[in-house]
Amino acid sequence: MSTIEEAPAKHVGQSLRRKEDPRLITGRAQYVDDITLHGMLYMAVVRSPEAHARIVSVDGAAARAMPGVTAVYSGEDLSDLVAPLPMAWAPPGVEMKMPERWPLARGTVNHVGDAVAMVVGEDKYAVADAAQAVQVEYEPLPVVVDVEEALKDEVLVHESLGTNKTHEWTMGGGDVDAAIAQADVVVERRIVNHRIAGAPIEPRGVIAEFRAGSLTVWSSTQVPHLLRLFFAVQMGIPEDHVRCIAPEVGGGFGGKLQVCAEETLCAWASKQLGRPVKWIETRSENMAVSHHGRDQVDYVRMAATSDGTITAFHANIIQDCGAYFGLLTPMIPELGAFVMTGCYKIPNVRTDITGVLTNKYITDAIRGAGRPEMTHMLEVMIDQLAAELGMDAIELRRKNFIAPEDFPYQTPYGITYDSGNYAATLDRALEMLDMEAFRSEQAALRDQGILRGVGFSTYTEICGLAPSRAVGPKGFGLGIGLYESALIRVHPTGTVTVFTGASPHGQGHETGFAQIVADRLGTDPASVEVIHGDTATGPMGLGTYGSRSLSVGGVAAAHAAEKLAQKCKEIVAFNLEANVDDIEVSSGRFSLAGDPDQGMSLAEVAGCAYIDASAMPENMELGLEQTLIYDPSNFVFPFGAHVCVVDIDAVTGKVDVVRWIAVDDCGPAINPMLIDGQVHGGVAHGIGQALYEQVVYDERGQLVTGTFMDYALPTAEEIPSFELDRTETPSPSNSLGVKGIGEAGTIAATPAIVNAVIDALQHEGISYIDMPLTPLRIWQALEEARGRGDGPKATEQGQPLPSQAEGSAGSGPTQPEGGAA
Amino acid sequence: MGTIVPLQITVNGQPQEVPVEPRQLLVHYLRDTLGLTGSHVGCDTSNCGACTCLVDGESVKSCTVLAVQCEGAQVTTIEGMTGADGELHPLQQGFWDEHGLQCGYCTPGMIMAAADLIERHGPGPISEEDVRAGIEGNLCRCTGYHNIVKAIQAAAEKMSGVPA
Repeated sequence: MSTIEEAPAKHVGQSLRRKEDPRLITGRAQYVDDITLHGMLYMAVVRSPEAHARIVSVDGAAARAMPGVTAVYSGEDLSDLVAPLPMAWAPPGVEMKMPERWPLARGTVNHVGDAVAMVVGEDKYAVADAAQAVQVEYEPLPVVVDVEEALKDEVLVHESLGTNKTHEWTMGGGDVDAAIAQADVVVERRIVNHRIAGAPIEPRGVIAEFRAGSLTVWSSTQVPHLLRLFFAVQMGIPEDHVRCIAPEVGGGFGGKLQVCAEETLCAWASKQLGRPVKWIETRSENMAVSHHGRDQVDYVRMAATSDGTITAFHANIIQDCGAYFGLLTPMIPELGAFVMTGCYKIPNVRTDITGVLTNKYITDAIRGAGRPEMTHMLEVMIDQLAAELGMDAIELRRKNFIAPEDFPYQTPYGITYDSGNYAATLDRALEMLDMEAFRSEQAALRDQGILRGVGFSTYTEICGLAPSRAVGPKGFGLGIGLYESALIRVHPTGTVTVFTGASPHGQGHETGFAQIVADRLGTDPASVEVIHGDTATGPMGLGTYGSRSLSVGGVAAAHAAEKLAQKCKEIVAFNLEANVDDIEVSSGRFSLAGDPDQGMSLAEVAGCAYIDASAMPENMELGLEQTLIYDPSNFVFPFGAHVCVVDIDAVTGKVDVVRWIAVDDCGPAINPMLIDGQVHGGVAHGIGQALYEQVVYDERGQLVTGTFMDYALPTAEEIPSFELDRTETPSPSNSLGVKGIGEAGTIAATPAIVNAVIDALQHEGISYIDMPLTPLRIWQALEEARGRGDGPKATEQGQPLPSQAEGSAGSGPTQPEGGAA
Repeated sequence: MGTIVPLQITVNGQPQEVPVEPRQLLVHYLRDTLGLTGSHVGCDTSNCGACTCLVDGESVKSCTVLAVQCEGAQVTTIEGMTGADGELHPLQQGFWDEHGLQCGYCTPGMIMAAADLIERHGPGPISEEDVRAGIEGNLCRCTGYHNIVKAIQAAAEKMSGVPA
């Protein structure tokens, strides 16, 4: 492990306004749909209205005859593709049944929206019209939608696999069963973590241009370098002849961490037709065929001694993968399992995961990816256990916290938490809340028919993906390491370009990375341009997801800048005839320690390096450029305490979030304003899932929530103002001491809301309700608790409640009636 | 491709006379015909507001209006908010200063909706509640709205001449 180095912190730590913003606030940014190429054609996709069917025939003749239509293709036409769409995780020793997923369906369709044919033409309206004229005959097959039904294998999603169960995977430490047998108290719950959408406001989009043997693809993606790799594999094009560009990307949230059918379709069609091909996803398509997230049924057990010492935690996770695997589908719950112990010393833990196929769209990484689900289970169960023990949930947390002096702390899984001070964030959050005042407000409001509740979530999570040896093919089984790259080029005039392999979509890399590099090179962030998202400009990179950009990509940039700074110091020392160790970076210059008048600016140093070789030490390479690949030594583990206060209307069951307090710790801040922004958005995503958002399929596999009319993204009226603070506990794992923050809010949020709602309702005898905590669910729970439980059982969409929710809506039993053990 | 009809319209102060298909949406006219790509399309159902622009001073979702419906109208898009000398509109400045955007995709629509909100409100500070109600037709997935609200309040105060 490296030590924390004292960087010359002039710009680092400041809330600098973003360098990205001028183009974005003036309408001058360039997203994929803003790009038009000469001779460009448009593509529309013909999608299955059936959730499961055999394709009898595809007839494109009528469509082909329509004005402006260039070509119509179906799955058979794409038989020259070398490989299907990829899945990048092959854990050693785990038997996995993986369905093949081709860009256009072959033989059967397996979910609503499965791509059957594509229409390419001169005009986007023309191809939309023509797509409707493609005649597809389907022979419907039986459909299975519910994940626990699918486990029975009565209806198979892919007959050729012989089962819907794709794999089983167990990770654990200690002896859960023995600990549970010996415990004073055991709490069991069935917790449904329902399916949600990523829903970036910019839908996906692609332009592919195959020209003179080379392929260039512009895609709204989080992973341009991975795309290039997979294009090479899928289409049999040498990797050096493929260039992928992520231009301005309008949000990702994991939804653009995918290798998508439409990317391949555009590239393939461009190769066929010799013209660029563009596809822009509609929102209806985005809801149907941009991957969904979560969707687990979790059978959870927590055991403790009567004094509140937690002795065991067990999660049996049934993961609804959907009809196929996406890039990382089966890996998602595993990522959560890595931090199953959360902030607590729990000696015996086990995660059993079963992957299951259903006739729905794929699930994959959405903001947090496995960690929100696991944190939800853990933090909800802490409150459930506290209630069972008759103990204060905050005290239960404190009693079991890993203490600051325990770090580095090895969990029973063998994961090493880098650093933490969990009680400090909780203490600060409690100070901001004022519990005494809260309880008196709660009592006063109850008399007015408002049920107020407070809920807590103290989380730690794993991010900074990742040490390549640990996660790569011979470790955890990912198909690639997760290092990150930086290339820093100081130009002859002293301005700087930083190329990063991270690929942002709103996070602010151009500002934060510029702050890091500027301080190290004695210049101003305004003179540092950060270039990202183009495989032709920078070295191989892995992209932006998993809260990795700063703690991996940012550290790469810092190390590259430090190497360049050392070269600058040697040049300055040569010119001043001084000792290199006496040269320091201060006040934006390289100068002699103790005599700041003696020194050179970065521009002067660059002048030597590029223009006047005689001003360089002999044998020193000319130029000022550094490429660096940084492979982290460990993950990083941010943490924090979130507090949610809700008001529930006792008549309608409507929940309002009235306060949100968050004290997060992601190590020393590079730009505090950017951190706050990530927490705001992350928590809002969690509030959305907990209260409003749910992807709903009916029993025939029809998508009920196909637009923003039906899928309730929270608006400004549903989200409160946030009360934020931070503590700074450096990570010993990297030289900046930084951890990730992009997903922390989402990971922390949902259990805080559920716990707050239960706090508001427990005097009514309600002990647990599953998300989403809609007015209907809460009203039904209140009716049941008040002995009037004959109310209608239906979703807000008028559909019968999905069967996976039925068992847990209302005051759940302490002992569930068994699970799929 | 169907019939083409004439259209006279003024966009960001510039008279335009490019004929259009009668079914062409205003947002596609702005983006594809005039090249004003600052107005974005984020949904099919006029929920997200990324395409919001001003038609005769009122905010409309340009994905739900046909270009031909704007015959004779004055249309303002995000590109028209910046002064001729590049000076930022107080709303643009507010979004920058308050970190009211992340990915930026919803931002042009947010700014245009806020311009209408401030215009309708008249001079003086706008309460957080009123700002939140005023932009509930515009979705943002990145910011949790917190800084958007602050940005609009800051701009409203600046536009009223009240020190922020």
